[in-house]
Amino acid sequence: MSTPGVMATQVPPEFTVEINERKCVRCKRCTTECGFEALTYSREYDAIVADDAKCVACHRCVTMCPKHAIRVTDNSLAYKANANFSDIHRKNILKQAETGGILLTAMGCDRDYPVLWDHILIDACQVTNPSIDPLREPMELRTYIGRKPDCLEFDPDSDPLKLKTELAPNLKLDVPVVFGGMSYGSVSYPVHKSLMLAAERCGTFMNTGEGGLHRDFYRHKDHVIVQCASGRFGVHEEYLNAGAAIEIKIGQGAKPGIGGHLPGEKVSEDVSKTRMIPAGTDALSPAPHHDIYSIEDLSQLIYALKEATRYRKPVGVKVAAVHNIAAICSGIVRAGADYISIDGFRGGTGAAPRVIRDNVGIPIELALAAVDDRLRQEGIRNQTSLICGGGIRQSSDVIKAIALGADAVMIGTSALVALGCRVCQKCNTGKCSWGIATQNPRLTARLDPEEGAQRLTNLLNAWSHETQEVLGALGVNAIESLRGSRERLRGVGLDEKTLEILGIKPAGR
Amino acid sequence: MYKRDLEHIPSGCAISGILNRKGKRIDGRKIIKSIALMHDRSNGLGGGFAAYGIYPKYKDYYAFHVMIDDEESRNRFECYVNQHFTVEHDEKIPTAKVNGIHNPPILARYFVKVGEGKLEDAGIAEEDYVVRQVMHVNSNIPGAFISSSGKNMGGFKGVGYPEDIAKFFKLEDYNAYLWTSHGRFPTNTPGWWGGAHPMTLLDWSVVHNGEISSYGINKRYLEMFGYKMELMTDTEVIAYLFDLLVRRHKLPIRIATAALAPPFWKDIDAMPEPQRKAYTAIRSVYGGALMNGPFSILVGFTGGMIGLNDRIKLRPMIAAEKGDFMYMASEEAGIRVIEPEPEKVWAPKAGVPTIGLLDEGVEL
Amino acid sequence: MTKIDATDMLYRDLNNRIHTLADRGEKHIELRNVCGQKFIGDALKGDVKIDIYGIPGNDLAAFMDGPEIEVHSNGQDGIGNTMNAGKVIVHGHAGDVIGYAMRGGKIFVRGDVGYRVGIHMKSYKDNVPYIVIGGCASNFFGEYMAGGVMVLLGINGDDSPIAGDYVGSGMHGGVMYIRGDIEDRYLGREVKKLELDAEDHRRLSELVREYCAHFGCDYDEIMAKKFIKLAPKSHRPYGNLYAH
Repeated sequence: MSTPGVMATQVPPEFTVEINERKCVRCKRCTTECGFEALTYSREYDAIVADDAKCVACHRCVTMCPKHAIRVTDNSLAYKANANFSDIHRKNILKQAETGGILLTAMGCDRDYPVLWDHILIDACQVTNPSIDPLREPMELRTYIGRKPDCLEFDPDSDPLKLKTELAPNLKLDVPVVFGGMSYGSVSYPVHKSLMLAAERCGTFMNTGEGGLHRDFYRHKDHVIVQCASGRFGVHEEYLNAGAAIEIKIGQGAKPGIGGHLPGEKVSEDVSKTRMIPAGTDALSPAPHHDIYSIEDLSQLIYALKEATRYRKPVGVKVAAVHNIAAICSGIVRAGADYISIDGFRGGTGAAPRVIRDNVGIPIELALAAVDDRLRQEGIRNQTSLICGGGIRQSSDVIKAIALGADAVMIGTSALVALGCRVCQKCNTGKCSWGIATQNPRLTARLDPEEGAQRLTNLLNAWSHETQEVLGALGVNAIESLRGSRERLRGVGLDEKTLEILGIKPAGR
Repeated sequence: MYKRDLEHIPSGCAISGILNRKGKRIDGRKIIKSIALMHDRSNGLGGGFAAYGIYPKYKDYYAFHVMIDDEESRNRFECYVNQHFTVEHDEKIPTAKVNGIHNPPILARYFVKVGEGKLEDAGIAEEDYVVRQVMHVNSNIPGAFISSSGKNMGGFKGVGYPEDIAKFFKLEDYNAYLWTSHGRFPTNTPGWWGGAHPMTLLDWSVVHNGEISSYGINKRYLEMFGYKMELMTDTEVIAYLFDLLVRRHKLPIRIATAALAPPFWKDIDAMPEPQRKAYTAIRSVYGGALMNGPFSILVGFTGGMIGLNDRIKLRPMIAAEKGDFMYMASEEAGIRVIEPEPEKVWAPKAGVPTIGLLDEGVEL
Repeated sequence: MTKIDATDMLYRDLNNRIHTLADRGEKHIELRNVCGQKFIGDALKGDVKIDIYGIPGNDLAAFMDGPEIEVHSNGQDGIGNTMNAGKVIVHGHAGDVIGYAMRGGKIFVRGDVGYRVGIHMKSYKDNVPYIVIGGCASNFFGEYMAGGVMVLLGINGDDSPIAGDYVGSGMHGGVMYIRGDIEDRYLGREVKKLELDAEDHRRLSELVREYCAHFGCDYDEIMAKKFIKLAPKSHRPYGNLYAH
C-alpha cells in the first residue's frame, strides 16, 4: 500500500493557466508575483511554465502582467453528470482518501444556500410623505454602540439642561459599519494598519481579532476594539486598556463551537511578539473559554474585564449565529454585555474545517431578526447594541440589516476584497499573493497601508453615500429612524414562516 | 359592521387648536369655524375634535367615549367595564342628524373610576391600570372601541368633514378651555370611525398633519414598553410616545419634544457642556422615539397644548396669541378667521416645541 | 498598612478601594472577613502586597500585573486568570481552572487543586509562569499547556493518583515536574515522560525551596521522592490533521 506523498495524486488541478506566448515578453514578473509558486521560467524553452495544480485563481499574476498575457480559467473537466455526487464531492473524497485529513478551507461559506438579503426589498416615499434630498439636506448616520438606560433623568431646576442619569460608556460611530475581528497572524501587519487608519479616518472601529495588538498600533487606540478570546493571546492589562472597547469572542460564524488554530508557519517573529508566544509554534485557541462553561461564567468574565478597565469601556460579546441564538443573546444581555456581535454562518475565517464552515450555524438575517424580536419582547433591547455580520457585501445589505434591527454591521471579507483579496480561500496556507493573509515579508510588502487605508475609506464613504440615498428615499434623515423599522422592508419569494421570522410583509402587502 | 383598518393608511390633513390660559371655557363655534376654513385640506373621510374641561360635574372620573357596533358588543363591553371599573354614570353621546354623516356606530360615554383593591391586585399605578384596560378593550373586545379615556375631556370624531362631525356631535353645546381639531385626507376609504383624529390615551390627545416615516420603529419601540398599536396610524404612536416620555418617564416637556424631534448632531456637537452631554444622551437613548418624516402636531393634555414640527419643517404650522388665548393651526387664515387681530403671530421653528400651558394656579 | 473590613462589602466597592489605595502608593493592604468578593487584584499593577483572611471570590488576581496576594485560607476557581506578573499564595486548597492562560508570575497552592489547572499556560521570552501545587490535581492538569513550569507535589495525598486523567492533553510547550509517577494511560497523547536533567533539577529545587519558605515545609523530605518530567512531543501537535 502506498503512503501519502509517494502515491501520485488523483486530485485534478482546479484551474488552467494559459500564457499567451505571443504577448508574453518574458519579463518573469509573474514568477515572483505568484505566492503559490505556480509559475516558473524555463530557460530551456524560453517560456513561462505554469503548474496548474498550484494555481488558486488569486489573479495576482493576471493583474500584474504588464502585457495581459495570462488567463486563468476553470479546469472544466467533464465529469459524468450526477446531481448527487457533484465534481466537488468527488474531488473532496479523493483528497481525503489521499491524506486522511480534515478538509481545511478559509473565508466564508461558498455553497449555494439562499441569501435572504437578496429576497428583501426596501420601501420609498411617493406623495403621501416626501423623500428627502440627501445631497442638500442633513442625513445623519451617527450611531452609539453600548448599553443605554430605558429612560433618562434630568436635573429639574437646572438651566442649561443637565443630565442626572449616569451613562455607561458608548462607542461613537460616524458610519454604522465596523471592521470585524481579524487577528494579526491570520492577516498581515499592513492589513491591520490599513484597517486602523481607515477606522480613524471614517470615525469607526477596527477589531484586533484574537491575536493581540502590535505595539506600533497602541497610539490608534481610540478606534480599536480589542478582542479577548479563549487563547488569550497578547491579552494583558495594558492591552485591555489600549482599546476603546473590549470584545469577548465566544464564537465566529465560519466555525461556531470550535477553537482556532494558527499554524506555526504564520507565527512570525513579529506575530510571536504580539501574541506573546514563541515563533513557529502553533497558536491553539481552545474551543470554549475555559473560564466560561455556563452563562454565569460569561457574566464573570465580562465583569472581570470591566473591573480590569475600571468600568471605563464597553464590553461586548461576539457569538456565532446558531439555532437558539435568540435565547443565547438574551442571556448575554442579562450577563452584562454592552453590545453583541452576531456573526452569521456565511462569515469568514482565516482557516476552518470545511465540514463546520459549510454546515454549521444559521444565516445572519434570520438570527438578527430573531434576536432583535426576543430582546424587544423581553424589554431589554435598550440594554445592548447589536452588531451583525457574516456576508455583508454591499450597502444594501447594511441598510436591510439595520432595518431588521441591527445597530451596526461588521465587515471582514468585504474589507479584504477592498484591499485586493480575490476570495481564493487559501488564507490558511499563508501564501497569499496579495500580502493579506500571509506573514511572508516578501508578500506583505505588497500591501501599502496608506493605499489600503484609502481604498477602505473610499469603500465606507461610498456605502455611506448610498445609505444616505436610501434614507432620503425613505423620507427619514437619521439612521435611528431606519433602525428596526421592518415596516420599510418587504419580502419576495419567501415562504410565510420565513417572513414571520423576519417580521416583514410580502411585497404587495 | 365597522371594520378596523388593518393597513397603515397615510393621510394628509389640517389641524387647529385654541387654548385659554386662564382656563376660561368657550363653546365649540370658534374651533369649528377655524377648521372649516381649511376644508380643502381634508377630503371628507375623517374629522374630529378634542375638548378639555367639558365634564366639570364628572371631572374626577375617567370619561370613556366608546364606539360600539351593536347591542351584543355593548353587552360585552359593559360586562368588562363593570368588572374592572366602578361606573358612576353612563349615557348616549347626544348626536344630531346631519347630511354627509353615514352609518355612525353606537356612541356612548361612561364616567368611571378605578375600584378599590384593583390596583393592589394589579400592583401598578392607577393610570397604568387604565391604559392596560383601554388597550385590552381595543385589542380584544370585538365591536367596542374606547376612543378617548381622559378625565374632564373627550374626543369626538368620525368619518366626514370636520364641520359636519361637529354638527353631528353638537359641539356648539360644549364648553372647553382647550380645543383641538382635525380634518383628514386619508389615501383610501376607511370605513371605520376609530381611525379618525384625535388619537387619545388618558388625557393625551393628538391631531396630526403629515405622516411619520419612522412609524415602523416608533411602533416597535413602544411595543417594548407594553403599548399595543391597534389603529395602525402614526398618530396613535405620537399619543403613546407622549404618554411614555412625559407621564411614565417623567421627562419635562421640552426634553420629551427634544427626544421626538431632536437637534442635528452637528448642532449638538457645537453645544457647550453640559447641554451637549444631555442632548447626546437624549438622542442615543431615545433613538426609537425620534419621529422622522413630515409632521406638524398638536398635543392636548389637561395642562395645555404643545405644537411640534418635524426637524426640517416639512409640514406647516403657525401660532398666534391674543390676551389669554393661544392659537395654533396649519394655516394663518385658520387663525385669522376667528381672531382677526392677534397681538403676535409667528411660525414655530422646525423641531422646536411651541408650548402653551395653563397659568399656574388655574382652577378648572 | 491599611486594613479593610470587607464584611458585606460589594466587590465593586472593595476593588475600587484597593485600586485607589494602590494608586496612592499603599504597599500593604490587609483584607479581613472577605467572603466571596470576586476579582480581587484584577489588573492590579505595582508592588503592593495584599493579605486576605476569609474566602476570596472567583477570578482572584485575574490579569494581575505585579502585586503579591496571600490567601490565608482556601481559594476558589479561576485564580490567576490570564495573569501577567506577581505572586499568589494560597494556604489552603483551590478550585478549578487555576492559572488559565497565565503568562507570568507564580502561584503557590498548599493543598489540592481542581480540574484544568494550568490550562493554556504560556510563556514568552522572559515571561515564564510558574505554578506549584502541594497537594493533588484533578483531570486535565496542564491541558493545552503552551509554556511555563508546573510542579505537582502530591504531599497531602493518600493512595489516590497524584493527578487525574488526561494530564497535559494537547500540551505543546512548557514543562511539568511530578513528584512520583503517573501511569501512561492517564497521560494526554501529546505528552512524553522524561528524566530530569541538571537544569530541571536546578529549576525544581528553586521552586520547592520557595514553596517550603511560604508554607514552612521540610525541603529535604519533599525532594527525597523521585520526580518525573512531562514535556510535549511536539510544538505542532496538529500539523498533519488537515487536508488542504
